[in-house]
Amino acid sequence: MTTSASATGTTSGAGTPAPTSTASTATRVLGAATLVGIALLVVFGVFVSPPDKELGETIRILYMHVPTVSVAYLAFIVTAVGSAMYLWKRTEFWDLLAASSAEIGVVFFGLTILNGMLWGKITWGVFWRWEPRLTTTAVLFLTYIGYLAVRAVPASPRTRATRCAVVGLLAVVNIPIVHKAVDWWRGLHQERTIFGTLKPEIQGTQAFAAYLGLGVFLLLFAWLLIHRFRVAFLAERAAESGLEGAIAERRQEAGQ
Amino acid sequence: MAEAVTAPGTLRTVLSDARLVAAKDLRLELRSRVGISQVLPFALLVVLLFAFALDPDRRVLGAATPGLYWMVVLFSSVLAVGRSFGVEAEDGVLDGLRLSGLSPAGIYLGKVGALLVELLVLDLVLALAVVVFYGTDISGPVLLAAVVGTATVGIAAAGGAYGGLTARMRGRDTLLPLLLLPLLAPVLIGGTRGVEVALGRDAGPGWPWVGLLGIFALVYLTLGTLMFRPLLEDA
Repeated sequence: MTTSASATGTTSGAGTPAPTSTASTATRVLGAATLVGIALLVVFGVFVSPPDKELGETIRILYMHVPTVSVAYLAFIVTAVGSAMYLWKRTEFWDLLAASSAEIGVVFFGLTILNGMLWGKITWGVFWRWEPRLTTTAVLFLTYIGYLAVRAVPASPRTRATRCAVVGLLAVVNIPIVHKAVDWWRGLHQERTIFGTLKPEIQGTQAFAAYLGLGVFLLLFAWLLIHRFRVAFLAERAAESGLEGAIAERRQEAGQ
Repeated sequence: MAEAVTAPGTLRTVLSDARLVAAKDLRLELRSRVGISQVLPFALLVVLLFAFALDPDRRVLGAATPGLYWMVVLFSSVLAVGRSFGVEAEDGVLDGLRLSGLSPAGIYLGKVGALLVELLVLDLVLALAVVVFYGTDISGPVLLAAVVGTATVGIAAAGGAYGGLTARMRGRDTLLPLLLLPLLAPVLIGGTRGVEVALGRDAGPGWPWVGLLGIFALVYLTLGTLMFRPLLEDA
């Protein structure tokens, strides 16, 4: 069982020698780089870069808000690609990739809503306003909660993978439609938005912190995705071997 | 003849399959009367409950009418979709449909067609109820019909896809609304704003909303048609 697991593991491009762990040299390096990056981001985002002329200290929330929302959308695009590829190729790799990415996307959408609300509390004085981007995020967050709910329904791997692939595709095409609908809906209620404050003219350490944040969160996404994928892969193997092991045990009992 | 039925993909067979399935569904509804005796009374009940929740004398009810209308339609749609695919899940009817040689795209379009007819009847009855009980005046009937029509096609298209997805699932009664309602958020927004314009409550242009609702309907009709084969075979 273990040999077949590691053999299939290498086809996933992970190259894991030991199927009992989700870490490899590559992911350790990636993880270390991410940690260093987060430390740098804290230093530049919180201490080194100056407060903004208009936004004051709240610009520091942007250094995290923009990366979390960008990574969440990237995650859902990965889920959609994985879903489409699964329906075409029907391999476990694409299914597990789509599911792992969706889970991370939901976490990052949750973080986006949280830090957006913190920004709102400081800027608007209330945690929530029906600002277009926050509203869109909330709707899509619930859409992908639905994806995870479908994932959690017990079924055979092929059935579960097909259901999830369809949800992954039906959900992703809704993203631009929800964007458009919410934009028109709130069109008459223009207010200062967290994204509207991101001006191209920010320079120096502010710009550096913004781009650093994006880079660091991309590394974090890659690191989380690889690990989540490997955990999902091992969970599948455990489910298979769990049944086989139980059958072998019963056979042994019967033989005695 | 048999070849014509099993040959997948040709538009004519897909459409004739769709007509067969839609006719079957509508006949089933006419005979069982579940829609008329359960879904429709539920919708009217919610219209009544909204009046209790929002005091009619304080003008809140009148101002909220377009939104409330679509909320009732959405909740009733969840019931109608669940019912439409519930009858297929029992006794392995879905496997029977697969074996019948009907094309999956035809089955999907047939289910959507029957759902559309049922939901349009519901729309009409609810509109009458709203006019009578909430005292609503309709100033733009053409726009109103266009908004309601395109929105309902969208609801039926997305409902057909998710109905097929959840048909054989454990806990489908709770999953269907969780999946369907966030997806229909643009329909609720577009439908509400469009009806507000049609009722003269909002000065803004109404036709762009019809366009958005039309795009939603087209996107989900296309995806549902493409996805129904894997759903029927594996989900």
